[in-house]
Amino acid sequence: MSTIASLDALRARREEILARQKARNGKIVINVSLATCSIAAGGKVALEAMQDEVALNGIANVEFMQSGCMTFCYAEPTVEITLPGKAPVVFGGVDEAKARELVTEYVMKGEPVEGIIPVTYERVVL
Amino acid sequence: MAATTDIKQLRIATRNCGFIDPESLDDYIAVRGYEGLAKVLTMTPAEVVEVIKTAGLRGRGGGGFPTGVKWGIALSNQADQKYIVCNADEGDPGAFMDRAVLEGDPHSVVEAMAIGGYAIGATLGAVYIRAEYPLAIKRLRKAIDDARAMGLLGKNIFGSGFNFDIEIKYGAGAFVCGEETALIKSMEGRRGEPVSKPPFPAQSGYWKKPTIVNNVETLANIPAIVIKGADWFSSIGTATSKGTKVFALAGKIVNVGLIEVPMGTTLREVIFDIGGGCPDGKEFKAVQTGGPSGGALAHKDLDVAIDYESLIARKSMMGSGGMVVMDEDDCMVSVAKFFLDFTMDETCGKCTPCRIGSKRLYEILDKITKGHGTKADLARLKSLSDSIKDTALCGLGQTMPNPILSTMDTFGHEYEAHVSQKKCPAHVCTAMLTYTINPAKCTGCTLCTKVCPVECISGTKKQPHVIDASKCIKCGACYDKCKFDSIIKM
Ligand SMILES: Cc1cc2nc3c(=O)[nH]c(=O)nc-3n(C[C@H](O)[C@H](O)[C@H](O)COP(=O)(O)O)c2cc1C
Ligand code: SF4
Ligand code: SF4
Ligand code: SF4
Ligand code: FES
Repeated sequence: MSTIASLDALRARREEILARQKARNGKIVINVSLATCSIAAGGKVALEAMQDEVALNGIANVEFMQSGCMTFCYAEPTVEITLPGKAPVVFGGVDEAKARELVTEYVMKGEPVEGIIPVTYERVVL
Repeated sequence: MAATTDIKQLRIATRNCGFIDPESLDDYIAVRGYEGLAKVLTMTPAEVVEVIKTAGLRGRGGGGFPTGVKWGIALSNQADQKYIVCNADEGDPGAFMDRAVLEGDPHSVVEAMAIGGYAIGATLGAVYIRAEYPLAIKRLRKAIDDARAMGLLGKNIFGSGFNFDIEIKYGAGAFVCGEETALIKSMEGRRGEPVSKPPFPAQSGYWKKPTIVNNVETLANIPAIVIKGADWFSSIGTATSKGTKVFALAGKIVNVGLIEVPMGTTLREVIFDIGGGCPDGKEFKAVQTGGPSGGALAHKDLDVAIDYESLIARKSMMGSGGMVVMDEDDCMVSVAKFFLDFTMDETCGKCTPCRIGSKRLYEILDKITKGHGTKADLARLKSLSDSIKDTALCGLGQTMPNPILSTMDTFGHEYEAHVSQKKCPAHVCTAMLTYTINPAKCTGCTLCTKVCPVECISGTKKQPHVIDASKCIKCGACYDKCKFDSIIKM
């Protein structure tokens, strides 16, 4: 990969990445918090259970990603799911059973599942 | 969980935590990563320093020193080599803000260090991080490697002629090594002991060169300030404290976790609206801010608008952001003892007031919680605390008595009860507890006799039972077991 040698190159690179991310808009994005805290609480178990459940049900348009601390220690493990055209929703207390339920109920049918963490912050986006 | 619809939090330092993949440089670039660095490279170092000064950013590592002023000092000190150091030692019990930032958004810290390096004229940076943070280290290392591979660190960054690189230094987890002069000693491979200031690190630091030490959270704010502007940042917060502060809520609080709020938010909003209050309907009693260097704030302080000055005025301090909440079941003498136990272990031993003083303070507190305290002990606690504050060399020793002084101030009656009536009002100090059975309520169900580990409860079935106080070890098993509320703890 070539280096980013100027501000223009950085901006061009950003446009490329944003275009790629836009292509993700039609997909279901499952973002699992994997910081020390969330891993200790079972974040990786939740991730694997959801990957397994997605495969079992043959859902094709799911993209998994990992992120850092979602800040909700009281509700770890936490998972953020974005359905196409909908606002991201964060679910807490995602143990293995809840992880599978999220796939079969929320992802597949759009049915609400318990454990939604309300958004109580404003985030500065640069 | 308490239902709150009000948006009280504002995320600047943690803006990307949980939203981007920390191991992906592309994810960071997508949120305008490294644009701040590109922007400052078109400015003069003095202009960059001015932006940070105007923004009013102050150090989030505890001291609250204006970051721009510190950068300005290092800029004006001429030297063949200067350094910028990121302090990721994070040793306060109950604090994990910096870890979350490094694990969730490491590039923001890398970018900020490069910006700071340019502003003061440093070409080398170092992150001092505790070895107990393996995931943070792994992600930080990857961020540095990826940035370097892309030419965002290294030689001639963005074709500007500016060279900058970062190395990682590991700490062994000594609290005192978070103090900047001890940290620098430790980085040089020497014993992590503080030295007296001045000279300040900005004058003579790492290898005696001008060195800026900045906290992780302080740095995480920098790219946002550069991109959104100093005026935007300084419009948030109070007259003296700008921007936001990340706190780690821990202890007796429903929503344990990290929060980020604008300076000037009240403690009540933090603890009740965001934190959801104490679990199990218990009464809020106090919150310790500033960790082992801070103090306990109580009901009377709930409407204080949090900033550096207001917390000091209430005999506590901002500290790095740990907030440990206590409820009605907590004994404030024991809380003070807990923190002294910590500082007693962590004193580096270089100076006498701190080394011996912490031990003596702990012993007095221990004596009080065991029911042997006297009024004279309370006076000794106070005078010893005052002299340690005045004579210790570094911040660790100077602030060590704060948990005692502030709890004595606000919860003096609890200390009184311990020494005068030999009672612990919160029923925590076991030495002063007694368990008895209320004969009017006891049904003689015999359940308690089965759980008592020393078999000191006797009685005939269906008749009131009695506890032999001389044998009772105060384990509380009977109290927890009795279904008829017949056992009295006092
Ligand atoms: C005993 C002691 C421990 C400290 N621990 C830390 C720490 O873990 N992290 C930190 O950033 N600052 C810590 N500090 C404060 C540092 O000395 C220094 O003021 C700070 O890193 C400066 O960065 P800032 O201006 O960005 O806050 C500690 C200070 C003392 C006295
Ligand atoms: S005050 Fe305590 S920690 Fe600081 S130098 Fe003295 S002995 Fe060491
Ligand atoms: S407190 Fe423990 S030791 Fe004392 S009577 Fe009850 S069960 Fe027995
Ligand atoms: S468990 Fe309670 S009610 Fe039963 S014998 Fe013991 S004290 Fe009495
Ligand atoms: S520190 Fe990350 S959720 Fe608790």
